[in-house]
Amino acid sequence: MTEPSRKIDTAVIEDNIVRMIFDASFRLLPEVEDAFSRIRDCEKSEAARMTMDIIIENSRIARERQLPLCQDCGSVSVFIELGHSVCLSGAPLPEAVDRAVATAYERFYLRKSIVGDPLERINTGTNTPAFLHVDIVPGDRLKMSVYLKGGGSENMTALKMFRPTDPAESVIDFIEESVVAAGPNPCPPLFLGIGIGGTADAAMLNSRKAVLRGVGTAHPNPYYADLERRILERVNDTGVGPLGFGGAGTVAAVFIKEAPAHIASLPVALNLNCHSLRYRTVEL
Amino acid sequence: MSAQWQTLDLPAAQDAIRAMRPGDMFRLNGVIYTARDKAHQRLAGMASRGERIPVDLRGQFVYFVGPSPAPPGRVIGSAGPTTSSRMDPFARVMLELGVTGFIGKGRRSAGTRALLKEFGAVYFSSFGGAGAYLSERITSSEIVAFDDLGPEAIYRLTVKDFPVIVVNDTAGGDLYESALRK
Repeated sequence: MTEPSRKIDTAVIEDNIVRMIFDASFRLLPEVEDAFSRIRDCEKSEAARMTMDIIIENSRIARERQLPLCQDCGSVSVFIELGHSVCLSGAPLPEAVDRAVATAYERFYLRKSIVGDPLERINTGTNTPAFLHVDIVPGDRLKMSVYLKGGGSENMTALKMFRPTDPAESVIDFIEESVVAAGPNPCPPLFLGIGIGGTADAAMLNSRKAVLRGVGTAHPNPYYADLERRILERVNDTGVGPLGFGGAGTVAAVFIKEAPAHIASLPVALNLNCHSLRYRTVEL
Repeated sequence: MSAQWQTLDLPAAQDAIRAMRPGDMFRLNGVIYTARDKAHQRLAGMASRGERIPVDLRGQFVYFVGPSPAPPGRVIGSAGPTTSSRMDPFARVMLELGVTGFIGKGRRSAGTRALLKEFGAVYFSSFGGAGAYLSERITSSEIVAFDDLGPEAIYRLTVKDFPVIVVNDTAGGDLYESALRK
């Protein structure tokens, strides 16, 4: 028995990526802005409130003047969940994705920050290649997220291989230590993506995907929802605060994505997203 | 730290720099020079070979930034600070070239903090991730060296009411350390 296939032209994917890069680069998601307003109103120090005011004002200026939210317009990760009965037509997918990125970064005056070889370090001049991840899933839908991230927060990324017998409390300690060690560098208030379990690479990838669940959503599993809440409380008691100048708003939200693991392994990966959280998702 | 803005016209006098303390907030007016990773590397190379430095940095403030391209009709694109710790290996050579203030974001190494003390210079943080906001406070921009480096070239910027906070002063103080709960 064969399921009927559904055709999607990669030109449609390309157009959507260009549009999503535009939206992500110039417009903070309303739920992100709401999170900032709440942090602002909770801060006791005048300096922390002033810092949040500047971050909120930055968002307004970016939208109205069409200036990028941050001069580090990021590397582009594209996450695609591709239904197994979808048949792609047109240009090969990686080519369509890179063409979309090159078009968007040129057309919208975004900074191109990708070097072709990591040691030779010559700028490709197009912000390509994009970092493309495709998961084949059941069905005939295509779900796609475009995620932009700057280098300052990326450089604070952490991975720790725990003992399988280590308690969840030690995971919380590790997250707290990593956030304090990163301090002002990743531009708090942060959105923490945490990959727990899997292999080391799977944990790392999950830490990147975790935030795509959506700001303002709770983890569907009550155990992990509670763990997210405990981590949030702990890191916001450190005093790092907005941009590291001190305060309660160190982390705006925590997102855990867990995965099955080897009996010997408990990898925990931490992706620190800066306050300029830039992503968009579309379903085709 | 209290949120009280002071105005500082550039170049800043040495006694004004020495009077600064962590948490002091300034709105800068005047000229600042940009430099990030590659410009620092090149300046350090030129200095070590005894070559002529293409820009006079004596008494100047250096801003760690790689702006996004200027859209039509604008002086500059988005222009917020980049992470300063990457410039730590070049702190000594920049101070020897006469820089009296650095503007970036994030922590400096113990070595850099000691050098700031030794040379009587300060390190300010501006507002990381507020590149659009800060772009509005830059009134002119021109490339003065290393044109080929694009966003990593050295620009001379004129700023108006450009907000910065003192992180490391000439006495060894550190705003980020004092913010943390012990």
